[in-house]
Amino acid sequence: MSGPSKKAPAGPESFAFSAENQARIEALVAKYPEGRQASAVLPLLDLAQRECGGWLPRAAMDHVAELLSMAPIRVYEVATFYTMFNLRPVGAHFVQVCTTTPCWLCGSNEVVRAVRETLGIGPGETTEDGKFTVTEVECLGACVNAPMIQINDDYYEDLDFDRTKKLLEALQRGETPTPGSQTGRRYGAPQSGPKTLLATASGKGKA
Amino acid sequence: MPKMMINGQEVEVEAGITVLQACEQVGIEIPRFCYHERLSIAGNCRMCLVEMERSPKPVASCAMPVAEGMVIHTNTPMVEKARKGVMEFLLINHPLDCPICDQGGECDLQDQAMTYGFDRSRFAENKRAVEDKELGPLVKTIMTRCIHCTRCIRFAEEIAGVSVLGATGRGEHMEIDTYVEQTVNTEVSGNLVDLCPVGALTSKPYAFTARSWELRKTESIDVLDAVGSAIRVDSRDREVMRVLPRLNEDVNEEWINDKTRHACDGLRRQRLDQPYIRRKGKLEPASWNEAFAAIAAKLKGLSGERIAAIAGDLADCESMLALKDLMAGLGSPHLDCRQNGAAVDPGQPASYRFNTTIAGIEAADACLLIGTNPRWEAALVNTRLRKRHRMGGFQVAAIGPAIDLTYPVENLGDSPKVLEALVAGRHPFAEALKKASQPMLILGEGALAREDGPAILGLAHKLAEATGMVGEKWNGFNVLALAASRVGGLDLGFAPAKGGRDVSAILEGAGKGEIEAVYLLGADEIDMGRLGKAFVIYQGHHGDAGANRADVILPGATYTEKSATYVNLEGRVQRTNLAVFPPGDAREDWAILRALSAVLDKQLPYDSLTQLRERLAGANPVFATEDVVEGAPWGKFGGSGAVKDAPFVYPIANFYMTDPISRVSPTMAACTEAFVLPARGKTGTDG
Repeated sequence: MSGPSKKAPAGPESFAFSAENQARIEALVAKYPEGRQASAVLPLLDLAQRECGGWLPRAAMDHVAELLSMAPIRVYEVATFYTMFNLRPVGAHFVQVCTTTPCWLCGSNEVVRAVRETLGIGPGETTEDGKFTVTEVECLGACVNAPMIQINDDYYEDLDFDRTKKLLEALQRGETPTPGSQTGRRYGAPQSGPKTLLATASGKGKA
Repeated sequence: MPKMMINGQEVEVEAGITVLQACEQVGIEIPRFCYHERLSIAGNCRMCLVEMERSPKPVASCAMPVAEGMVIHTNTPMVEKARKGVMEFLLINHPLDCPICDQGGECDLQDQAMTYGFDRSRFAENKRAVEDKELGPLVKTIMTRCIHCTRCIRFAEEIAGVSVLGATGRGEHMEIDTYVEQTVNTEVSGNLVDLCPVGALTSKPYAFTARSWELRKTESIDVLDAVGSAIRVDSRDREVMRVLPRLNEDVNEEWINDKTRHACDGLRRQRLDQPYIRRKGKLEPASWNEAFAAIAAKLKGLSGERIAAIAGDLADCESMLALKDLMAGLGSPHLDCRQNGAAVDPGQPASYRFNTTIAGIEAADACLLIGTNPRWEAALVNTRLRKRHRMGGFQVAAIGPAIDLTYPVENLGDSPKVLEALVAGRHPFAEALKKASQPMLILGEGALAREDGPAILGLAHKLAEATGMVGEKWNGFNVLALAASRVGGLDLGFAPAKGGRDVSAILEGAGKGEIEAVYLLGADEIDMGRLGKAFVIYQGHHGDAGANRADVILPGATYTEKSATYVNLEGRVQRTNLAVFPPGDAREDWAILRALSAVLDKQLPYDSLTQLRERLAGANPVFATEDVVEGAPWGKFGGSGAVKDAPFVYPIANFYMTDPISRVSPTMAACTEAFVLPARGKTGTDG
C-alpha cells in the first residue's frame, strides 16, 4: 500500500505516452461508450506505470486524467486504491513476497529471510543501487506452488531459503532465471509425481 | 404509487423515492450520516439500516428504492442491534475528544451515539490517526475525526463544481484528501462545514470561539449580495459570532456563500459608534444634537435644487423611504440608489428584477449571460445554474471575458456587438434561444453601468422579445442586481424625481458646485474625489470611503442590528431581525432620519416602525407582501442607439470584498490572499 501522498516524490514534470502506447490507448478507450471514457482508467494507468519504470509519477496520472477528461483527483483515488500501482519509484526488480497464510505455512518466513540476507533490505525498502525493491504482498493466487515471489510480471514458485537466494543472486548477476516452479515441477502438478488418471493415457497403469 | 407497510402502517408513496424518504414522510426518523437530500446517494455509512421482510439482512434504507408490497420495520430488535453495531464500528476510529471539538453540541455523531449507540466500546486497540489537510482559510480539518461519509466530496463535486476532494487509499488507510496540496477554491466552501456530520471539517475563523448552546439564534436575511439568502445570526452578548444558512427553497436552498457566512467578523471592526463633525478638516466626536445642529445649519435655507442623496448598497427600504420623504420635504429631486449608475428603468420593475426567479432557473432550457459573472455577483444564482446544468439539456452561452463558472459555457465573445448580432439573428445562438421552449437571459449590472448601458438594456429587451423569452407564464428576462438595496430602492422610487439628477449627474454637480450638500446613506462605492466642495453627510455603520470624506457622520446600524426590509433581486420582500444592538451611540437608520427631520422642521409623519411600514406598503403594494415574488408586468424599456465595441468588464474585482463590512473583515482578507491574489499573479504587498 502506498503511504501518504504528501511524501510521494514529485517525479518528472511532464509525461506523454509513446506512439505505440497511444495506439493501444485509442483501442482501449474505444471499448467504452461515448462519455464513459473514464472506464479505461485502469488499463491506462497500467500502461503509464510500465512506461515510467514501474511507478506512477503525478505527471502521468494528470496526463491520464486529461486524456479521459476526468478530474485529476478521481485518478488519484483509483491509483491510491489499487495496491498494484506504485506511487513512488521502485527498483528494476520489484520483488513481491507473498506472506499470506498458505505461503506462510509453507515457509514464506524463510523466503523473507533469504531476501533480507541476499539483498540486505527488508519489505518496503529499495537497494542502494536501485536495482531491487522488496515488498510484502497479500495472496497472489499461486497457493498451490507456495511459497512464491512475484518479480515484475513473473512468478517464481516452490521456493525455500536456498532457492530464493539462488534466484536473487542470478538476478544480481544480470541473468534471467526461468519463471515458474523452481523445483522443476510442471505447473501445479503434485510434487511427488502423478496420482490420478494413471491408466488412461497408455492403457497400462497401476490402477 | 407503490403501497407499502412501514411499522405496521400502510402507506402509499411516490414511486422512485427511497425507503428512508418514505419513512420520513410518515414521520419516522431514520438515523443517517452519509445520506443528504441534495447530494447523490452514497450508502456507505450504514447507519440507516432497517429491516425489510423477506430480506435475510438489514437493508440500507437510503439506497433502497420503494417497491409495491414492501414491508419495513424500523423498531425491531434487529434494527436496534444493527444500529448499535454500526455505531460501534464508526466510533472505533473516532477520537473521544468531544470536549475540545468545535462540533460538540451540534454534532450528528454525538447525538446519534447518544440515541442509538452502545454505552461502551469493545475496541481496546490503538485508534488510527490521520494527518490534517490544508483546505484554505475557511475550513479547518481534524481528519482523525472523519467517518468517511463522503458528503464533502459529493458537495464539492456536485454543488460547488470543484472536483478537488477525493477519497484516497482504501480500507483502514482511506482518507479524505486533495492528494496534491491545494485549497478548495469555491465561493460556497463554508457549506462543507455544515455538511460534515462530525467535527472533521469545522469553521476556521470560528474555531474555539463559542459553544452552540451559548448562542442566541436570530433568523434573518443576508444583505451582502442581492440574493437575500436566509440566514441565522448566532450571537453572544453583543457580538455576532457566526452566520449560518436557513432553509429557503426558493432562494438559497440550504447553502450560503462564504462572504455571507464569514464576513460577520467585519461587523465589529471600524464601526462608527458616535456622531462626528469635521472641524478644521478633522473629524471630531460629537453628540447627536451637535451633529444634527451642524446639518441643520447647512441645510436650512439651502434650496432643494442644491441638495442630493445617494443610497448605498446595504441601505434598507425603511431608511431609503424616510430619506426619500425627507428629500421631498427639502424640495430636492436629486436622489438615486444606483451607485454604479446601472441604466435600468426605475419605472419598470421588469427592467431591474430577476423575473425568472431563482427557483425558476430550474425550468429554463437555454440561458444567455450578458456581461455578468454570476459566480461572484450572486454565488447562489450560480449554484442554481449549475444545478440546472446537472439536470441535463441546458445550454448556456456568455458574452463577456471567458471565466470558469463551474459548468460548461459557450463563450460568444466579449463585445456588446455580439448582442447586436444576436438581436439581428445573425448569430447561431439566436437560433438556439428561439428553439428553446423557456429561454432566459441574465443581464449583469456591469453591462448596464457602461456609457452605452441604456442601449444594451434596449438590445436585451429586443432579444428577449425576438426569441420568445417573455410569455404569459414565463419571463426569461433577468437583470442580476448587485446590491441588496437596489431592487428595494427602485421599488419605492428612490430614483431621480422629475428634473432630478442620477448618481453621475449628482457627482458632476457636486464637483461644479451646483450641488452643495450630499446625503450619503451608506454610500461608499462612489468616487469620493468627485464630490468637490460639497457638504457631505454620511449615515452608515463603517468607517469606509464615505465616512472618510464626510463632514458630518451619523452612526447607523448594520443588517444584524436592526429589523429592516430588503428586497432581493427577484423582487422578494424579506426582513432582517435585530440580533444584537448597535454599538455605542449608533441607532437604527430610519430613526436617525426621523430625528433629523424634526430638527430640519420637515418632520416625517411616522413615529414607529409599524407606521413606517404602512407608509412603505402605501408607496408600493409590494411591501405589503413577504417572501413572495409577484411577476412584474412586461413593458417597453431601454434605450436605442449604437453600442460600443469595448469588451464587457465584470463589475466585481474581488468577490470577498465588495462592501464596507467585508472590506474590514480579516477572514475576507485572508480569502483574498488565498484565492483572489494568486489568480491575479500578485502578492498582497503589490498594492
